[in-house]
Amino acid sequence: MAILREISEFIQQGDYVKVSVLTEKALEYRISPKEILDKALIAGMDVIGEKYRNHEIFLPDVLLAAKAMYAGMDVLKPLFLREEIPLAGKAVIGSVLGDLHDIGKNLVGIMLRGAGIEVIDLGTNVPPEKFVGTAEKENANVIGMSALLTTTMPVMRKVVELLKERRLSGRVKTVIGGAPVSEQFALEIGADAYGYDSSAGVEQVKRLIKGDEGRNERK
Amino acid sequence: MREIVEISIDDVKPDRDEVLRMQGISPGTPPSRGVEKLLREALESFAESSNPIAIISEISIPEFEVVYRGEGLNEESTPLEAIFRRADVLALFALTVGSDVSRRIDELFKSNEFASGSMLDSVASDGTERAADLLQRHFFNVLVTRGETDSSTAIMRYSPGYCGWHMSGQKRLFESLRPEEIGIELLDSFLMKPLKSISGVMVAGEKRIHDFRDSYPFCAQCRTHSCRDRIRRLYQAEDALI
Repeated sequence: MAILREISEFIQQGDYVKVSVLTEKALEYRISPKEILDKALIAGMDVIGEKYRNHEIFLPDVLLAAKAMYAGMDVLKPLFLREEIPLAGKAVIGSVLGDLHDIGKNLVGIMLRGAGIEVIDLGTNVPPEKFVGTAEKENANVIGMSALLTTTMPVMRKVVELLKERRLSGRVKTVIGGAPVSEQFALEIGADAYGYDSSAGVEQVKRLIKGDEGRNERK
Repeated sequence: MREIVEISIDDVKPDRDEVLRMQGISPGTPPSRGVEKLLREALESFAESSNPIAIISEISIPEFEVVYRGEGLNEESTPLEAIFRRADVLALFALTVGSDVSRRIDELFKSNEFASGSMLDSVASDGTERAADLLQRHFFNVLVTRGETDSSTAIMRYSPGYCGWHMSGQKRLFESLRPEEIGIELLDSFLMKPLKSISGVMVAGEKRIHDFRDSYPFCAQCRTHSCRDRIRRLYQAEDALI
């Protein structure tokens, strides 16, 4: 449908005003919110994600597109809530206890929402109990943890252990990231995946939500 | 010498190429008009919301030995332990650009202005480094005034959390320097608050003492190897300030 293609293109251009107006219009045309989300908003962000991974565009372009995507989502969100339409999955994210850095975690959250995944952002300085308790209560698929300090990395291990203790390991997957974190560390602590950067982190969350168990190593 | 140094924000010039690099845009790639606008606005916002202030305090080699040892968690062998023992003068320092800029970054993210927030974060990170460059220049000038430099003198700075000096080194550094006086607080995780702060030691001595190879075991985990650039610049710099 032409209007869905147009919305997708305006997302790629970061034109949030046009995305908002056209999303309203698409609803007037009786296109379902789910179809608008999948074929316009997520489709636009998929193109952006692909170009970013291929180094054709840069972080600011991704973030401008994300703002446009959010403008469309703001129009659709009340309908999703009212009609109880499920999103692609649910992720609980946060910077671990002791860590106040949040830029990387914020970028992952923005890109996850851009992929149509519901995000519960617990912010910074998040204790293990809060990660696990929230994931259990919200029935989340994935816990995403960020650490920028070597001193806070051990908290990630505690979250993985707590999930095991509560017998949630299979149901709630874990993805870790941040400058001092590595694939090796993820293997050591038993995390399900490691994201080298925000884009890789999002790909890992999508993969885990799809139920792809194979480890997709990156560096 | 123990001194609080107020740095004029007008003198702090974030490096455009470095900010763009943090945004994933490699040098030589022309940024789009949209990115140029974001960068311009972020530079203005940084200038409006930052109040750089620093504290610097000289420390003897034996005193620094205690600070450096910290909680005993350093890597077995590090470049700094070889360097500081050959120094002419050492000074602990801490510097912050304040908490207003971090607050502004948070507000931008909360209002979905992600690109502006991310750009301001990069500008503030590099701006903090450039403010530390100015503090380093100030320290060099102090040494010049005292007649403690010659043509081979160079200053480089090193921080806990980098190059094998464990992050927990912050504890002893803070006990000795007491940067709380300028509003910098140390959290249990050894992170500083405000977030846009730097601490460490400035090492003044002959250029050659700063030269080391990036072949320590922990260098394999390093994503930047920025020491290479710093050492290269050491031999190119006219004013020996890196």
